[in-house]
Amino acid sequence: MISVNHYLVLSAILFSIGTFGVLTRRNAIVIFMCIELMLNAVNLSFIAFSQYLGNLDGQIFVFFVMTVAAAEAAVGLALMITFFRNRESIDIEDINMLKW
Amino acid sequence: METLFFYLVALVAVVSGLLVVRCKNPVNSALALVNTFFCLAIFYVMLDAPFMAAVQVMVYAGAIMVLIIFTIMLLNLGSVTRGRVTHGVAFGSICAALILIEVVYFLNHSSAAATKGAISAQVVKAVGHTQLIGQALFTRFLLPFEITSILLLVAIIGAVVLAKKDV
Repeated sequence: MISVNHYLVLSAILFSIGTFGVLTRRNAIVIFMCIELMLNAVNLSFIAFSQYLGNLDGQIFVFFVMTVAAAEAAVGLALMITFFRNRESIDIEDINMLKW
Repeated sequence: METLFFYLVALVAVVSGLLVVRCKNPVNSALALVNTFFCLAIFYVMLDAPFMAAVQVMVYAGAIMVLIIFTIMLLNLGSVTRGRVTHGVAFGSICAALILIEVVYFLNHSSAAATKGAISAQVVKAVGHTQLIGQALFTRFLLPFEITSILLLVAIIGAVVLAKKDV
């Protein structure tokens, strides 16, 4: 039988895979995709708990997380396009103008 | 049978997640991420949340990933060149492994309150999941809903201003 623990462990595995991607990759868009993977892992946790506790609050929160992720995607990708126009690269090693 | 199905879809989701992180071509990463989103939509259906599964496919796989693939192709990114692996990979894998071990430890040594709330699978089937979410969203969560609409307006204006050639 599938309990809530199964979904939570899967959510933890996906979250750690996303963390590994954020800390490892150098392409800014791939880092953004790994952040979306982490957000989805947390969404899975929310909906698993919502089903386990018989409460709709988790699913409403997932609704808002998806909305905020969409807004963040639009602004973040516009930012990357602007940066690419100036530097011809979105390697995060090249984003160093504020480094001391 | 359901257990086997769960493990199969979970395996596909985890393998797709690993492909997102390790593919050299960003388009391959994007397609693997779309696959992960579809697997998560399957899980939402298994968890008695069919409306959230549909919204997941429409918003994440249909809108956000299309936007990301547009950006990848607009910027004409190539594949990663080999030979730039630094010690950051070891540090990142240690951090990810620590997070995983810590979360699994806390999962095994705690238990969520088993208070059964009002919304069960029968209620979802009887009333309709869309109606339940609509009722909750427009009565109890009306203020966050309206604030989210302002957030989306700000995001649209911000994206247009950032991407214009001459402001």
